[in-house]
Amino acid sequence: MTIDTRTADGVTILDIHGKITIGEGSAEIRNTVRDLLQAGRKKILLNMEDVSYVDSSGIGEMVSSFTTVTNQDGQLKLLHLTKKLRELLAITKLLTVFDSYTDEAEALSSFSS
Amino acid sequence: MSAAVSRDLEFSFGSEIGYLDLVQGVSDGVSALAGFDTDSQYWIGLAVREAVTNAILHGNQEDAKKKVVLVFRICEDRLEIIVRDQGKGIEGLDIPDPLDPENLLRPGGRGIFFVRSFMDNVDFRVAPEGGHEIVMEKVRSQEKRGKDDDN
Repeated sequence: MTIDTRTADGVTILDIHGKITIGEGSAEIRNTVRDLLQAGRKKILLNMEDVSYVDSSGIGEMVSSFTTVTNQDGQLKLLHLTKKLRELLAITKLLTVFDSYTDEAEALSSFSS
Repeated sequence: MSAAVSRDLEFSFGSEIGYLDLVQGVSDGVSALAGFDTDSQYWIGLAVREAVTNAILHGNQEDAKKKVVLVFRICEDRLEIIVRDQGKGIEGLDIPDPLDPENLLRPGGRGIFFVRSFMDNVDFRVAPEGGHEIVMEKVRSQEKRGKDDDN
């Protein structure tokens, strides 16, 4: 898995590529998010468009990142969920936890100032 | 294929997470052979991946010298998959309901839930050979069974 970081409208967008699974460096998301929070960047959008596979460990990594950000009064949202990832979040009831968007501009404007 | 005959594939490997992609590839191939469509192959593969992860992490405690045995059995009416460890399986594991609102934000505890979600029957038992095993079944439809005649 690799992560590209960019910024738009004060929001840090993490473009995640590859698999978010155990053994595939799934902790990389958590570490990247932690570094962003330490730098005071608390509006984070995970772009999942190029994520090819997610297992339960990957779901756990997303949840862990979400709680870390929320506990520091930040916001973490999801963009471009794949069909399979959406199904996984649905059966785990996590679609009710995460804000997710299919349009980047809409996602960016959803972050409160 | 006659009703009494099944096709078996059995292999074992050391308790290393690095084998998961290989395991999943084998699962996809066997599921395809059993007539499951690509969506079903995906979910069966994820269930197998989670069960094997569980066997490596919790059953064998990541002891690379301990083996995980994986058995795929294409029966007339179902695909049966057995994941056997040389440890305690999920015995003693406290796995809270991941759908309980109190547990939604727990990072772990969803692997076995995925196994149960994507397979039709799941059983946990002491293996006759020692260790513990998860036995998972996915029902084959009449249409899928018909493909046996082509193989």
